[in-house]
Amino acid sequence: MDATRRGIQTEIVLAATDLDRLLLALKETGYRVYGPTVEDQAIVYGELDTAADLPRGWTDEQDGGIYRLKKRDDAAFFGFAVGPHSWKKYLFPPEVKLWSAHAKAKGFEIEEETANPQKMAFLGVRACELAALGIQDRVFLQGSFVDPVYRSRRDGLFVVAVNCSVAGGTCFCVSMNTGPKAESGFDLSLTEVLKNGDHYFLVSAGSEPGREMLARLPQRPAETEHRQSAAAVVENTAAHMGRTLNTEGLPSLLAGNLDHPRWDEVAKRCLTCANCTMVCPTCFCSTVEDVTDLSGDHAERWRKWDSCFTMEFSYIAQGSLRSSARSRYRQWMTHKLSTWHDQFGSSGCVGCGRCITWCPEGIDITEEAKAIREAPQKTGGKP
Amino acid sequence: MNPVNPMLPEVFKIRRSAQNTEDVFTLELERKNGGGAGFPFKPGQFNMLYVFGVGEVPISISGDPTRPHSLVHTTRAVGTVTRTLCQLKPGDEMGVRGPFGTSWPVEEAEGNDIVIVTGGIGLAPLRPALYQMFARRERYGKIYLLYGARSPGDLLYMDEVGLWQHQYRIETRVTVDAARRDWKGNVGVVTHLVGKISIDPVHTMAFICGPEIMMRFTRVELTRIGVSPDRTFISMERNMKCAVGFCGHCQYGPHFICKDGPVFRFDRIQNIFGRREI
Repeated sequence: MDATRRGIQTEIVLAATDLDRLLLALKETGYRVYGPTVEDQAIVYGELDTAADLPRGWTDEQDGGIYRLKKRDDAAFFGFAVGPHSWKKYLFPPEVKLWSAHAKAKGFEIEEETANPQKMAFLGVRACELAALGIQDRVFLQGSFVDPVYRSRRDGLFVVAVNCSVAGGTCFCVSMNTGPKAESGFDLSLTEVLKNGDHYFLVSAGSEPGREMLARLPQRPAETEHRQSAAAVVENTAAHMGRTLNTEGLPSLLAGNLDHPRWDEVAKRCLTCANCTMVCPTCFCSTVEDVTDLSGDHAERWRKWDSCFTMEFSYIAQGSLRSSARSRYRQWMTHKLSTWHDQFGSSGCVGCGRCITWCPEGIDITEEAKAIREAPQKTGGKP
Repeated sequence: MNPVNPMLPEVFKIRRSAQNTEDVFTLELERKNGGGAGFPFKPGQFNMLYVFGVGEVPISISGDPTRPHSLVHTTRAVGTVTRTLCQLKPGDEMGVRGPFGTSWPVEEAEGNDIVIVTGGIGLAPLRPALYQMFARRERYGKIYLLYGARSPGDLLYMDEVGLWQHQYRIETRVTVDAARRDWKGNVGVVTHLVGKISIDPVHTMAFICGPEIMMRFTRVELTRIGVSPDRTFISMERNMKCAVGFCGHCQYGPHFICKDGPVFRFDRIQNIFGRREI
């Protein structure tokens, strides 16, 4: 039976002053709540106690290699784009112990790490980030093997999406067809409306747990006017994207231009610092590190984020297989926009713009793709 | 393999350890906790081998897939982990994850002539394919083993290779890069042996394993004698940390060597094979 017919609302209006009630309801239901907050002059993700922890009244100015916080002239809770953090740090932790091993009288035994993390709620997930979640789900959950670390954190996750009211200077979700409106994959979605002195959220439920959460909130029924205002917010954001990327035939365009001179050009600028891979919400590469204590009787294996921009990444007995900056940038960009399609059936890019903003050189993936499109060099299949 | 956590090694015990050449050795392993099923695998697959407190490396399985009660690995001592591995003694314990990856298409190759071209340690991942073919020798036509090494002292499994020639009618051609005067065999690169065999190219399957440059020139020679790319299989090597497609290290164009390989039908990677720094 349809939820609305049972008398449970799937869309309501929540007064901005009542946003705290959502955090309270989440915490009462047993979730640890994580969301955007201001730290070190950036909007990052951290644990939230109350709505006062949100970056209220702040916005961010973004361009290639540029990120600045600025005061808004209103009290919007979500009047900014995305910062250097992405949600992957909670589901695919930057460092995690996989197992430990202990020496015995003869030989050793291995002890599995059975972390049982508390249920998490993400508050303020943007549409592009929801798409990134879906992409990492395909990597870690939907292949022939399942990553137990990701699984244990992803199961029971509660997602509160926020439809974007601001397009960042490096955003291009419209090109990637991932935003700015969250269409699915959330439990609740919020659209923040500030209009004629009124400040409220249009809240929609996207799942059964979402509908149950909705019922716990103080609410007004959503009228046509509220829906129209919310739609206008998203439309306005869509119309102000900072960047565009033409994705038409892009996977094969890049696969056919592996020897394009543009790779040499970008290599002159690329510092191979790996920032782009660290801020990317879909990059999933990792390495393992084995550590032992001083006695040598206890060993641990840790998994850590890794990047295709390091020399060690492709190291085998003969040496590093991608020793030039050119080949490492090419690996990253062709993986993101081309071979990802072969591997996981979608682009690896969601158009969040983080790699552009956080590149110290301001290298712009959309500009690089455009340069190759404008002067393609069909290199064919032969080496 | 642990069905829930593919990152968790299982403890194995070393049953036997033998030195093959100056820097190559073979370990025979068994499950610490017994385990009647043995260790079933397909020829060409690999395991992640863990040395307590040292680390983990991908090593191909080199034993007999028709006798899975013992797990055999032949490897060269070149890095921290493999150097420690080769010092382990019978009764010592180590960790194993696997088997992982694709295999040589031994069954699909029935009814064909077989050409195996290998260099150095490359014979190790091909030995299981040979064993499996020996078990049903009558189903194959001619089987050629073209084998090259740096020097006579680097040739692997030579006692066995001698036996194979007679017992299983294997046409063996061996060559080395350099040798002293007492060496009576061929000197030169293994790829030069390809042109000297007599097979029916449209009913031939070729399996190659060795350094990429050697595999590349073997393909050139195979083209000359009429063996097509879709009848050629090669085994690729890349850095690997997880072996299950999560860590990203072994990516090779659109492929993950760990799960889409290590054995590839050549036409499927032809467009990137030999390109620098892919």
